[in-house]
Amino acid sequence: MATQTMFQENPEIAKLFPDLHPPFDKQAAVIESNRCLNCFDAPCTSACPTHIDVPKFIKKIASGNVKGSALSILDANVLAASCSRVCPVEVLCEGACVMHRYNKQPIEIARLQRHAMDAFHASGGRLVRRVEEDRAGKVACLGAGPASLAAAAELKQNGFQVTVFDKRPLPGGLNTYGVAEYKLPTSDSLREIELIAELGVEFRFGVEIKDEAALAELEKEFDFIFLGVGLGAMHKLEMPGGDHPGVIDALQFIEDYKLGLTTKISGSVVVVGAGNTAIDAANAAERLGAEDVRILYRRTKEHISAFDFEYEHARQEGVHFQWLTQPVAVHASSAGITSVECVEMEITGDGSLNQVKGSNFHIACDMVIPAIGQSPLIEFLSRCRDLKIDKGRIVVDRATGQTTNPKYFAGGDCVNGGREVVDAVADGKRSGVAIAGLLEVAHV
Amino acid sequence: MSNTSTKRPDISVDFAGIKSPNPFWLASAPPTNCGEQIMRAFDAGWGGAVWKTIGAPVTNVSSRYSSIDWNGQRMMGLNNIELISDRPIEVNLREITEVKKRYPKHAVIASLMVESTREAWHTVVQQAEDAGADGLELNFGCPHGMSERGMGSAVGQVPEYAEMITAWVKEKARTPVIVKLTPNISDIRVAARAAKRGGADALSAINTINSITGIDLNTFTPRPYVGGKSSHGGYCGPAVKPIALNMVQQVMSDPEAALPMSGIGGVATWQDAAEFILLGSGTVQVCTAAMHYGYRIVEDMIDGLENWMSEKGFATIADFRGRSLEKVTEWKHLNLNYKIVAHIDESKCIGCDLCYTACWDGAHQCIHLDRVSGPVDGHVELHEKPAAVEAASMSRISVTPIPKLDTPQNGHHGPFATPLARIPRVDETECVGCNLCSLVCPVEDCITMVEIDTGLAPETWEQRGAGSLVEKSG
Repeated sequence: MATQTMFQENPEIAKLFPDLHPPFDKQAAVIESNRCLNCFDAPCTSACPTHIDVPKFIKKIASGNVKGSALSILDANVLAASCSRVCPVEVLCEGACVMHRYNKQPIEIARLQRHAMDAFHASGGRLVRRVEEDRAGKVACLGAGPASLAAAAELKQNGFQVTVFDKRPLPGGLNTYGVAEYKLPTSDSLREIELIAELGVEFRFGVEIKDEAALAELEKEFDFIFLGVGLGAMHKLEMPGGDHPGVIDALQFIEDYKLGLTTKISGSVVVVGAGNTAIDAANAAERLGAEDVRILYRRTKEHISAFDFEYEHARQEGVHFQWLTQPVAVHASSAGITSVECVEMEITGDGSLNQVKGSNFHIACDMVIPAIGQSPLIEFLSRCRDLKIDKGRIVVDRATGQTTNPKYFAGGDCVNGGREVVDAVADGKRSGVAIAGLLEVAHV
Repeated sequence: MSNTSTKRPDISVDFAGIKSPNPFWLASAPPTNCGEQIMRAFDAGWGGAVWKTIGAPVTNVSSRYSSIDWNGQRMMGLNNIELISDRPIEVNLREITEVKKRYPKHAVIASLMVESTREAWHTVVQQAEDAGADGLELNFGCPHGMSERGMGSAVGQVPEYAEMITAWVKEKARTPVIVKLTPNISDIRVAARAAKRGGADALSAINTINSITGIDLNTFTPRPYVGGKSSHGGYCGPAVKPIALNMVQQVMSDPEAALPMSGIGGVATWQDAAEFILLGSGTVQVCTAAMHYGYRIVEDMIDGLENWMSEKGFATIADFRGRSLEKVTEWKHLNLNYKIVAHIDESKCIGCDLCYTACWDGAHQCIHLDRVSGPVDGHVELHEKPAAVEAASMSRISVTPIPKLDTPQNGHHGPFATPLARIPRVDETECVGCNLCSLVCPVEDCITMVEIDTGLAPETWEQRGAGSLVEKSG
């Protein structure tokens, strides 16, 4: 597939977005891994959605068996390299570390995992096929994001034929296009996916499955279809001026700089919304040269959906937060956006949110970045036969990811409404295991 | 501290007639290679130094040392294949004179090793004493190189030789004679008795232990590497302390062997020193720790020992020297009716469950993870085996907790209460009181061993055996 050669990292972007958490060197990794207590039935492993055996891989680093360490990680989570960079470990493995309970620093699990994965990639390590021979059974994975990749890898490792479809030219979904570059560079996302391609998973890029006819074709060709399509476009600013060309949604803004299409901006930037994506976009605006970056949020800090550590990070980057502020219009001149008109909000005694009458004011700015969530792919999902959808999410059996149409499985954001990469990988893997089981029975 | 006395304890010692401002001596080794080093060591606070062994001329190899690291810590054990001093004997003697002139109150001991003839020993004893040494240490312990030439441990391993050479030395010596014992022998007391019979004034133990520290897995050559080959060396450092303590106790509890003892083997802190002294040592000798961290470590050895002595009410070293000897007995004299069981302090437990896995795999399967509704006492067969506990966790579906959507469980600043399901329960009816769980527990005082009154009178194996022929043969 050689996706890596299809993408050239922009050197200016690489310089502006260096590693947020630099890797361990070899000896530091050994010292840190020796600090791990090697808990029985470890809470870090339970907390990980993919149940990576954390003490096992850490003790392999300590013993100098770094290859074995990486392979044991990959056995649980085929996107372990990106997870080690993008997981909110403070609320996952590292948050569960027993070290917290006697006021000691938790083990730096993510950095250790990255250490093992970096070494594995550097040594030309390859994923292991659990079943060497090719077996009858074909599966289509729609979307080449983390959920589909995990399902595809699991199935291919068990000898089944897998084809991954994506409308974009590069695999990885948000891992490739949507993660802050200082956490996971696009090139590193592609390097990891290259190993899945090497297993023999087939990728078809630039292919969008849109209608019933295309789905019917797939149903004919494949035994099972895994839906890893994620969410749809970001919500638009529904207000006067919200469709001005200077209004760029956060995911588009992030994608543009990651691909090197934007390498510099100027002026003041207003980001609307206070989730993790809003923070990624605001931090990027700072690094790309904005003079002032302001996050507007209609409630207060206690209500933001960004993780605490993301909020702290944004403050360190220089991002300003303006609470109880609701944009109501984007104003522009012929030269471009001039300001965002806002109203002050108040939270009443019963917790409801009201605009303060007559409190309208203007924040001068040159760019507006809405980051108020993605909408589900309702239209596409409604075309899949017999698929039950609840609040925009595909209804599945949690243990297998099987949908109400037994031929269809699903995982990732289109099922959970938008969680983390590791959740998508866990979903995909569970579906992969379940589908493999069904194929085995069907083709005996 | 409750002890309000501001008077510092007196830690000076008179060791078989050798006076020293404190019991901390540098052992005969690289840190005592020359006068310049020893004078710097005395400036740092060391009370005495046993000069790097002088005697027969030698040539050393390169490299000479190798070590064992443990869990990221360097030099848990050190191994060397260096021989005795490779400097001309007259240089060493001249420097002994100089050091003694400048540091008259510090102890300078000449360590000696020459070929096994009466004349050679008489000559070197005369030379060392003429140079001004306060005492002599006969190196009957060096386990490598010198032993191949009939010296060092080749002498220490044959009691008759050790006795004979000690006697030759005593014919000539005017200063106290210390015999340094090798641990590379099945019963160190035999060599110690021989030295005593030969007239030794004191003993020092232990010398280094024969060792191969490890093998380079790329070259398949043991370390230290000398031109494609290696050779066994002498092992020392923190790893050997328990072996040394046992040997010191063995000698000091044997009336036919006991003499003033200079304890050696893994001493790195004041606590180590206190332990050697409690087993009867009059001084301790240090090498590896000084090689690792330098002479400066003696400051805390002195300070820590003095503070501990003040706390315990000891005014002098003699007040506690040998105090633990009476606490060591043969197994057959232990009380079979003394019973302790493990007690887990729930408020301290962090839920690592290392005690659980240790008890199941390494002990007696009496710690369980079945705490669902509070304390359970006694023998209850509710528990799962370890594999079932792990399987249940692995089959559980976990998701990333999202602020607002999910109840936050992790990621906030601790300490947290450990979930009851992760706090193990001890089945006291099955617990044999082996200590293992308390040894693996990473939290101080979380698992303690609590005495249980069995209601039975004390009884030893010897007493029980006397009453029953069957058990006696068992």
